[in-house]
Amino acid sequence: MNAIQKTKNAANAFAKNWANFVIKFKWPVLILTILLAMGLASQGKMEFDGDYHVFFSESNPELEAFDALQEKYTKDDNIIVVLAPKDGNIFTRENLVAIEELTAEAWNTPYSSRVDAVTNFQHTSAQGDDLYVDDLSYDSANKTDAEIAEIREKALKEPLLVHRIINEEGSVTAINITVRLPGENSAAEIPEVTIATREMMSKFQESHPNFDVYTTGLVPLNTAFFESSQKDLMLTMVMLLIVVIVTLILTRNFFATLATLVVVLFSIMSAVGFIGLNGIKLTPPSAVFPTMILTLAVADSIHILVTYLQKVRKDGLDKKAALVESMRLNFMPVFITSLTTVIGFLTLNYGDVPPFWDLGNIVAFGMAMAFLFSTTTLPALMAIFPIWKSKKIAKQQDKELHKGMYARLGQFVIKQPLRLTIISLAIIGMLAYLASKNVFNDEFVEYFDTTVQFRQDSDFINENLTGFYNVEFSVGSGESGGINNPEYLQKLNEFEVWLEEQPEVVHVNAFSEVARRVNRSMHGDDQNFYKVPENREEAAQYLLLYELSLPFGLDLNNQINVDKSESRVTVTLENNSSAEMIAFAERSEQWLEDNAPEAMHSLAVSPTLMFSKLGFRQAESMFKGNIIALILISLVLMIALRNVKLGFLSIIPNVTPVLVGFGLWFLLKGTINTGMVIVFGMTLGIIVDDTVHFMSKFLRARRELGYNAKDAIIYAFETVGKALVTTTIVLLAGFVVLSTSTFALNSYMARITVIIIIAALVIDFILLPSLLILVSKKEEKIVTEPKMQMQLDK
Amino acid sequence: MKKSRIFIPIIASVLAVVTMNAQSAEERGLQIAKTAEKADEGFGSSIVELKMTLKNKNGQTSERFLTTRTLELTEDGDKSLIVFESPKDVKGTATLTFTHKVGADDQWLYLPSIKRVKRISSNNKSGPFVGSEFAYEDLSSQEVEKYGYKFLKEDGDLLVVEQDPVDPKSGYTRRVVTYNQSKGYRLEKIEFYDRKNALLKTLVYSDYKLYKNKFWRAATFNMVNHQSNKETLLKFGEYNFGAELADEDFTEVALKRAGS
Repeated sequence: MNAIQKTKNAANAFAKNWANFVIKFKWPVLILTILLAMGLASQGKMEFDGDYHVFFSESNPELEAFDALQEKYTKDDNIIVVLAPKDGNIFTRENLVAIEELTAEAWNTPYSSRVDAVTNFQHTSAQGDDLYVDDLSYDSANKTDAEIAEIREKALKEPLLVHRIINEEGSVTAINITVRLPGENSAAEIPEVTIATREMMSKFQESHPNFDVYTTGLVPLNTAFFESSQKDLMLTMVMLLIVVIVTLILTRNFFATLATLVVVLFSIMSAVGFIGLNGIKLTPPSAVFPTMILTLAVADSIHILVTYLQKVRKDGLDKKAALVESMRLNFMPVFITSLTTVIGFLTLNYGDVPPFWDLGNIVAFGMAMAFLFSTTTLPALMAIFPIWKSKKIAKQQDKELHKGMYARLGQFVIKQPLRLTIISLAIIGMLAYLASKNVFNDEFVEYFDTTVQFRQDSDFINENLTGFYNVEFSVGSGESGGINNPEYLQKLNEFEVWLEEQPEVVHVNAFSEVARRVNRSMHGDDQNFYKVPENREEAAQYLLLYELSLPFGLDLNNQINVDKSESRVTVTLENNSSAEMIAFAERSEQWLEDNAPEAMHSLAVSPTLMFSKLGFRQAESMFKGNIIALILISLVLMIALRNVKLGFLSIIPNVTPVLVGFGLWFLLKGTINTGMVIVFGMTLGIIVDDTVHFMSKFLRARRELGYNAKDAIIYAFETVGKALVTTTIVLLAGFVVLSTSTFALNSYMARITVIIIIAALVIDFILLPSLLILVSKKEEKIVTEPKMQMQLDK
Repeated sequence: MKKSRIFIPIIASVLAVVTMNAQSAEERGLQIAKTAEKADEGFGSSIVELKMTLKNKNGQTSERFLTTRTLELTEDGDKSLIVFESPKDVKGTATLTFTHKVGADDQWLYLPSIKRVKRISSNNKSGPFVGSEFAYEDLSSQEVEKYGYKFLKEDGDLLVVEQDPVDPKSGYTRRVVTYNQSKGYRLEKIEFYDRKNALLKTLVYSDYKLYKNKFWRAATFNMVNHQSNKETLLKFGEYNFGAELADEDFTEVALKRAGS
């Protein structure tokens, strides 16, 4: 006990010395911290990266497999422009001319390598030994009505067009622009493509108001990521306003508010410097860092300022003495809460999703700096600013009222600790069970809410034309030129047929279709030969002929590899949940394993599938991080509270809010995305503050004031009840602001955090005190009923 | 007011010089192309074997062996017959092409597997030739009439001319061609710009050999696609100018014979 007392005294002495030092050298300290913040900010650079690749770590096996597939064929991203003529018929002269024009214009898209439209579809026909290969509709302006009717008929019968480029009714059509981004600087390349396509689209709409236009595809997706990062960054402004208002209400002091503002802004500036120094490019998950830092950093300042002003106003201390006292009382709690928050955010590095590493590191750095500024700049500023004393009495009454309220809550708890524990644990148990019922679902398109244009357009396209989800296979033959082997073609054809039969499949694009159509053409368009060739030489020679007849940009290089040993199968799917996507991929892989020779076995890959698996991977990899966070934070608590038993006990109020949060989430939504996986580590660092404050006050009452457990609970309620509610309100404000994000990874994360933070407060007010009483009971032989009664009467 | 009076004649004369230069650049470009065609005139016919190596970004390669026979014609485009020697499954497949100075070329293909000649009626010459980085239009006979010309610059012996394809279905907006005037106007390099006018490919000719003291033939063509990072290398064997091929060696019958 003596040794402990010594360390406590040492800590107190340190905080006091620190405060005295800062107050004595207020100007140098202020100037140095300003220089530090400015210096870091001068290194700052805010660049955005919208490339969807940023969500996958380099070691991600799905990304590796997908990149390998793209290397084999062509690495491409796309923009799907969908045109819906208001007259509901693509096949009119005017509409075909418009589509042809836009297709020609689309070739001018930066980095474009291929443009697929209904008009430039390479239609093959045969007359005897003459083979005709031409655009389905070239020079549409000079087509007769009969020719246009013929084009319509051909198009609607064409398996490569229907459900991909046109719908069954012929009322909606797509132009698929394939771009080959060099990938050297996606932060510049993607906007370049986007600006060009948007300009092209707006020009087109001006000259063709009779068309409704929609865009989707991987490039618009990247743009949506990009723009949502920027939009979420703007939430900072809203949060800044809230910080000012909250600080003003709580401190009722202009200078205190100003000082708080300086601290949080310096913390953010430092974080921006950190971003620049580390060359981090912001992504939607990491772009929320300023709001997070604001939310978390403001609590530090508020704790110090509220105590300071209280000491001045209520206890009548002078400015310096009040500041020193406030620093002495708050230094350790602020340090510990900052430390746990930093630990919580740093554990995001255990995950498998790089944007969350960035978020974790940026916020951790920002919080470390917030601690530094709260304990240097803040007291220095307050030492410089004058203090205005006023409205003392009014507040005092207010205070008493609050105190009474929290005391009453305390009494309510101490009367029935056992019953409350059982009820709480029962509710928590039930919610924990429900929490386990949540399923992962990273529906790509649903990352954006329905106010985002990309989402609206993608939804339209999903409903009216084709699917946004896809899965790809690179099916090998095991030998050079083997794609012309009839056995391979036959199997591939079977695979294609099997895929077509699957309920979620919208369209299949496989090389066997090319083989069938060329075979038919080589036999004078005889429908009986619409099947894969039966002889390898025939197949190879037909393919050679077909390839010779294709124009620029519409070749087969995106479908067969240079060696002609593998071909690519692209399956377009309806909107699917992550679980359904993964199940479909596994079913397809299994089919190949069961039915095809080994060389043809292939892994399903695609960006949409990668996103489907992202949540699972993140959860798996975060598991370790969460355990480490829990252990580290519990250790910090044990050391801070100097009590191993209570350190262990603290695990309950620290872990259960997350269970409650996810349990309630199951009732609200039931599906979890990647963004939500991080909340355990993250919120642990935040909600632990409540426990720390409550338990430390409880222990103080027990150790220093010699109270029994029940009195100590009342004491804890009276002293920190309001502070906990206050910080909870600030945190709620911050995460409510974030929950308005249009980006689901951020908004869902924020929403569940809101639930968890509220749950944490309730648990800390109900379950924690009940538990504290129950565990203390065993030690307390003497029941101090009368004394407590006295206390209550007071 | 005074200023403009002085400036107008100056601007006018500058404009005049610029337009004159522009005109002469086009004329000079055309003249260079014609000189180059003239320099290669009179070879009659040739036979050459070549190896085509396709390379993707990762360095994976794939090879094809071909034999090309060419017959020089002056009043219309040249005739050519290409026979595939490998891969095995296309051995004997042969194409016969009549290039035309104006309009679409005629093309036939002999397929040994079904022993039939197919005529391909297509305006598409811009697609890749057997999966390579060469488009058919890059390999076919370079007729002067197929391009518009603009002389760009002279660099020692090298003359750089921009060529704009006449065919609206061409995959290129322009090509920048480097001729070597001291070496019989042989081609040294061609840069291809795609439809959005971005550099797509560069073809470099090397290992030139002078035949019959007049005809320069490069033994190596290396085409690099800057956008896909794929490459195609053509290695030519010894040219045979002595076969004295004639029109009857470039018929459907000859095509069948060549393939079998």
